[in-house]
Amino acid sequence: MNAETTAERNSVSDILENDTYKYGFTTDVESETFAKGLSEDVVRAISAKKKEPAFMLDFRLRAFAKWKTMKAPKWPNVRYPSIDFQNISYYSAPKKKKQLQSLDEVDPEVMRTFEKLGIPLDEQKKLANVAVDAVFDSVSVATTHKKKLMEAGIIFCPISEALAEYPELVEQYLGTVVPIGDNFYAALNSAVFTDGSFVYIPPDTISPMEISTYFRINTEETGQFERTLIICAENSYVSYLEGCTAPQFDTNQLHAAVVELITLENAEIKYSTVQNWYAGDKETGKGGVYNFVTKRGKCRGDNSKISWTQVETGSAITWKYPSCILQGDNTSGEFYSVALTNGYMQADTGTKMIHLGKNTRSSIISKGISADHSSNSYRGQVKVGKNATNARNYSQCDSMLVGGKSSAHTFPYIEAANRSVQIEHEASTSRISEEQLFYFESRGISRENAIEAVISGFCKEVFKQLPMEFAVEAQKLLTLKLENSVG
Amino acid sequence: MLEIKNLHARVDGNEILEGISLTVKAGEIHAVMGPNGSGKSTLAKILSGHPSYEVADGQILFEKNNLLEMDAEERSLSGIFMGFQYPVEVPGVNNAEFLRMAFNARRVRDGEEEIDPLDFDELLSEKMKMLKMENKYKERNLNDGFSGGEKKKNEILQMAILKPKLAILDETDSGLDIDALRTVAEGVNSLRNEKNALILITHYQRLLDYIKPDFVHVLHKGKIVKSGDKALAIELESQGYDWVTTEN
Ligand SMILES: Nc1ncnc2c1ncn2[C@@H]1O[C@H](COP(=O)(O)OP(=O)(O)OP(=O)(O)O)[C@@H](O)[C@H]1O
Ligand SMILES: [Mg+2]
Repeated sequence: MNAETTAERNSVSDILENDTYKYGFTTDVESETFAKGLSEDVVRAISAKKKEPAFMLDFRLRAFAKWKTMKAPKWPNVRYPSIDFQNISYYSAPKKKKQLQSLDEVDPEVMRTFEKLGIPLDEQKKLANVAVDAVFDSVSVATTHKKKLMEAGIIFCPISEALAEYPELVEQYLGTVVPIGDNFYAALNSAVFTDGSFVYIPPDTISPMEISTYFRINTEETGQFERTLIICAENSYVSYLEGCTAPQFDTNQLHAAVVELITLENAEIKYSTVQNWYAGDKETGKGGVYNFVTKRGKCRGDNSKISWTQVETGSAITWKYPSCILQGDNTSGEFYSVALTNGYMQADTGTKMIHLGKNTRSSIISKGISADHSSNSYRGQVKVGKNATNARNYSQCDSMLVGGKSSAHTFPYIEAANRSVQIEHEASTSRISEEQLFYFESRGISRENAIEAVISGFCKEVFKQLPMEFAVEAQKLLTLKLENSVG
Repeated sequence: MLEIKNLHARVDGNEILEGISLTVKAGEIHAVMGPNGSGKSTLAKILSGHPSYEVADGQILFEKNNLLEMDAEERSLSGIFMGFQYPVEVPGVNNAEFLRMAFNARRVRDGEEEIDPLDFDELLSEKMKMLKMENKYKERNLNDGFSGGEKKKNEILQMAILKPKLAILDETDSGLDIDALRTVAEGVNSLRNEKNALILITHYQRLLDYIKPDFVHVLHKGKIVKSGDKALAIELESQGYDWVTTEN
């Protein structure tokens, strides 16, 4: 053993044991956190702390080495001060959210939102993490669900648990859709992620319920660098739900998640997200979450399908392009999106559909709503490889402007390497006007219901993809966000 | 029912109504005529509560209540209806759905349950038949791509569903063909009774042949310069506005 590795090992243990001034972690009653800063030692320390298998450490180190050579992307149509990556702490043990004794302790702003969303009382308690009574015991609900899934042979657990219990499954699939060096934030995530969800649906299995991250994370703070991996084996189906409509506050400003989906032959994954991160002060935009996410699915097996549905309503900055790689023949990818920006929010979202197999289909329905001073960009890429004969894509990008100071941008990119391709693109821009709302009001319909009607009309094709209760909540959420913006 | 006293109103700082007084009793029909830009639509919009118009002076009472303290929604719920001169298009919102929302808003206000969708559909079909409107207009989006005449008919359909106490129809006749004008007029007449009232804004006395006004008022430069009975409309038709406006 040479001197250098010894030195290295020392500093890793330093980090872990907290015996130097430079490193060390602050341990308080509820959590333990590494000191701020990022280095190879920190990456090693994370892996050691989590007692990961060797392949995982290797994965992280390769990602870190790659990340060091990369620069934060400048092309998205968003503006923000550059982030000091040395000023972030990269490990924090899953911290229990503070349990509240009653709803009286909940932030009044959050309560107002609950009310407007029409979320039932029990649900409110659950979302706000109020100690739940016998009527609604979230823990037992979660366990019954877990039992049901296990009976079907479905694995659904934190990815750290999967690394311990099913390391070969994780090793086989992790990073196969989003390679470690895919982009700046994905590389960072690959190096330092601490947790996330893992789902494996065995062959010939239809998941008996919607799987939701909610069951897992409701008593924990979501990590800053979440990692999700979902594998749907032959002839299987799963619908997965991420996020919730209740406002999410977070002390972490930067969020850089990676989600990878894989379908084998004849399998289908439907992934739905409703995102409502804190967007910052409505007047100044200060303090909001930066959400830089890499979500990608690969239809590996023939005849398989991946469908993304997202309703994005929060974050100061959103940078997100759920994409599909259509590798197998006859595979299809779908992207349904509603992205709302208001206040000073900036969103640059869209999708990439990469056609590699024969007879592959993709469709993109994107609805952007921009209000106040916000900026909302759609960026979509359709790429057809030379072997992807008879590939087809249909894209529809509609923008709605609310008020006079917001902006909407559409950036479609199309690349086709063979001639048998059919690509259709449609785009439109409309506006909710004061005259329209007055028309409703003059018929006795409240402003709130009027906005809801116009927005749900505009977003119809996307909402219809969401599970029913989710759709109703999402619709109310959008209305709530827009109420003061029309004028 | 309605009492307008010395109404002065501005939009973007321009004084448009300069002292209008008008009393409408239950069972009455008032026609308001006047040259382009004289302030007729302004008056209609102020009555229905449009937020862009600023009332600088005067008073409006509706069934003894101060109308100016009510917002557009409340005014509608308490029985005021304005048929727009230029109904706005609302893409994405289904026409029948919109009508049902408006209908239910009244039910909810009265503490009643929302109407069963099938019952509502029946009611809607009946009213559409009366106005000779084809069923396809249920499925269309609200005024979206409607022709000028179709939009006007759709306004009267809303009136038939909402049964207002006071309806202000702003040039509903403009844009309707001869047959449609008769159908619409018959529809409006069938909705009349001694408890409700009508203000008809029009440029043409032909409408007044079908819906017979008790009073005719001439608006000019934001003032009512002449009032009379149906004969006034006939006289205006043959002589133009010059003779009333130059007299002043
Ligand atoms: N937003 C505005 N800013 C400035 N002037 C306005 C505005 N809205 C209306 N006006 C003016 O107020 C006047 C009255 O308009 P109004 O629409 O009431 O006329 P009208 O009698 O209904 O005319 P028509 O017979 O052509 O329908 C017009 O001169 C019009 O240009
Ligand atoms: Mg007019």
